[in-house]
Amino acid sequence: MSLTSSDISRIAHLARLALEPDESARMLTQINGFFDLVERMRGVDTTGIEPLAHPVDVIGEVALRLRPDVVSEPDNRAANQCSAPLVERGLFLVPKVIE
Amino acid sequence: MDSPKDLHDLSVTELQQQFVARKASALEAAQHFLRRARDFDALGAFVEIREDVTLAQARASDQRRAGGSAGALEGIPMAHKDIFVTRDFSSTAGSRMLAGYRSPFDATVVARLAAQGVVTLGKLSCDEFAMGSSNEHCAIAPLGHDRPQPVRNPWDRSRIPGGSSGGSAAAVAARLAPAATGTDTGGSIRQPASFCGITGIKPTYGRASRYGMVAFASSLDQAGVMARTAQDCALLLSTLCGPDPERDSTSLDRAAEDYTRALDDTVSGLRIGVPAEFFGAGLEPDVRAAVDGALKEYQRLGATLVPISLPRTELSIPVYYIIAPAEASSNLSRFDGVKFGYRAAEYGDLIDMYKKTRAQGFGDEPKRRVMIGAYVLSHGYYDAYYLQAQKIRRMIAEDFQQAFRQCDLIAGPVAPSVAWKIGERSDDPVANYLADIYTLPASLAGLPGMSLPAGLGAGGMPVGLQLIGNYYREGQLLNAAHCLQQATDFHIAKPAGI
Repeated sequence: MSLTSSDISRIAHLARLALEPDESARMLTQINGFFDLVERMRGVDTTGIEPLAHPVDVIGEVALRLRPDVVSEPDNRAANQCSAPLVERGLFLVPKVIE
Repeated sequence: MDSPKDLHDLSVTELQQQFVARKASALEAAQHFLRRARDFDALGAFVEIREDVTLAQARASDQRRAGGSAGALEGIPMAHKDIFVTRDFSSTAGSRMLAGYRSPFDATVVARLAAQGVVTLGKLSCDEFAMGSSNEHCAIAPLGHDRPQPVRNPWDRSRIPGGSSGGSAAAVAARLAPAATGTDTGGSIRQPASFCGITGIKPTYGRASRYGMVAFASSLDQAGVMARTAQDCALLLSTLCGPDPERDSTSLDRAAEDYTRALDDTVSGLRIGVPAEFFGAGLEPDVRAAVDGALKEYQRLGATLVPISLPRTELSIPVYYIIAPAEASSNLSRFDGVKFGYRAAEYGDLIDMYKKTRAQGFGDEPKRRVMIGAYVLSHGYYDAYYLQAQKIRRMIAEDFQQAFRQCDLIAGPVAPSVAWKIGERSDDPVANYLADIYTLPASLAGLPGMSLPAGLGAGGMPVGLQLIGNYYREGQLLNAAHCLQQATDFHIAKPAGI
């Protein structure tokens, strides 16, 4: 399998990355090199094998827990927003999305 | 050892004895190590120190001791990999995206250590978002430098310290801290520990909380410790591990253990599995010789070597490099220039803002992995790549369970070679991925693993012995490592000029 430069543009859009032309070209070579490495994995017969998400699940069911759906965090807006790039009156500012 | 000039040569355990005997104070130790952090800033290990914060913590620690309420690690100075968020220091994950970021809270690991009296010396360099195995890719300028620098290996400053916890490994090896935290996703504690001649352990996946660790690959990321001895690792890991049910949904319901209890158990009769696949053609002869020497030492101590097979060792590379980028692309989607961190100076609409922010904020390796991840998770490719990788992951984990029917723990090399020269491999990311072959299998299976010094190889550089245990058997690993360290002095060796 070989990706083309239009694949790279499509993936960069999915990944929300504005790549410079030379960066895209380098990425194309490197990602194609990467998929050569990955190719041998695709031939492995995995019929009937369940995917493993939590590794310790291999020796027994690991139940991913849920928290009770209650408000537990205090209002910490000032501390949470202190590293935001653009804030006004406690709101995060972004470019206009609705005309 | 009354003079403070010797404090940096003490292990955590010895330092603790000095504090208890009132021969040294937490304040003296903190001042001493802060001075060393500055004296050795050419190594590039620290990205931030804050003297006022550290000294205030040390004074509070001395007061607790004087007041009779000393914690289990009272006054012990430690530095944290800058992947852990901290309220009192910047938390950057080595990325321009988070330059200067101040977290409103401490990571659970940081808080657990602090609750037992640990004094924080500062934050340590790492590869950006913990993606890398050389620590050449930290976008934050280290202490004493104006521009980003690779971390230098204290054994040979023209070489890399390993990564991604390279700042942690270099700091411990150079005695800038008696111990440090690290994280291991595909080998990021074990490989730098090996390259810098120190001892490091990653526990079973889920034993240490991931809360407050900047997420890279959530099903693989695990916190651990790096120190000079297995005894110190045991002491620190006992505090670091434990359930965090409110904060980390993958944290295991297993109570914390005292790993120091079984340290002195005999290894006589221990069955050590030696996987044939870890000693193939790619292994450099100097590394093989050092690892063989350590295995022979175990035989002298009464352990038995059992030949085993981990047949899918090579497959771990593609499997890991699908799963980790897939999870990274999802985790790194939070860096959008809205809620925290970097935002591009100029942009058009919202999507343009995201794209420019991420293109400018991320370095090459995160970009590459986010691209790969977005692709393998996209419609039409998910089954062929991500799901297939997760299935082979189960086969790899089952191979280990098969092997553990014949042996108690598994031993082998950590990496195919000793630390390489800075810049030597920076052009070929895929070649770097191949060097992770011996650490990836245990990462994918979520097993505890460690590296301990096994002597020197080519260029007088340290070689690590990797030990892999079954789930929850950290105590057994530390016991085996401690026994080797009682019988040998590989871990005592010190870089010249340190």
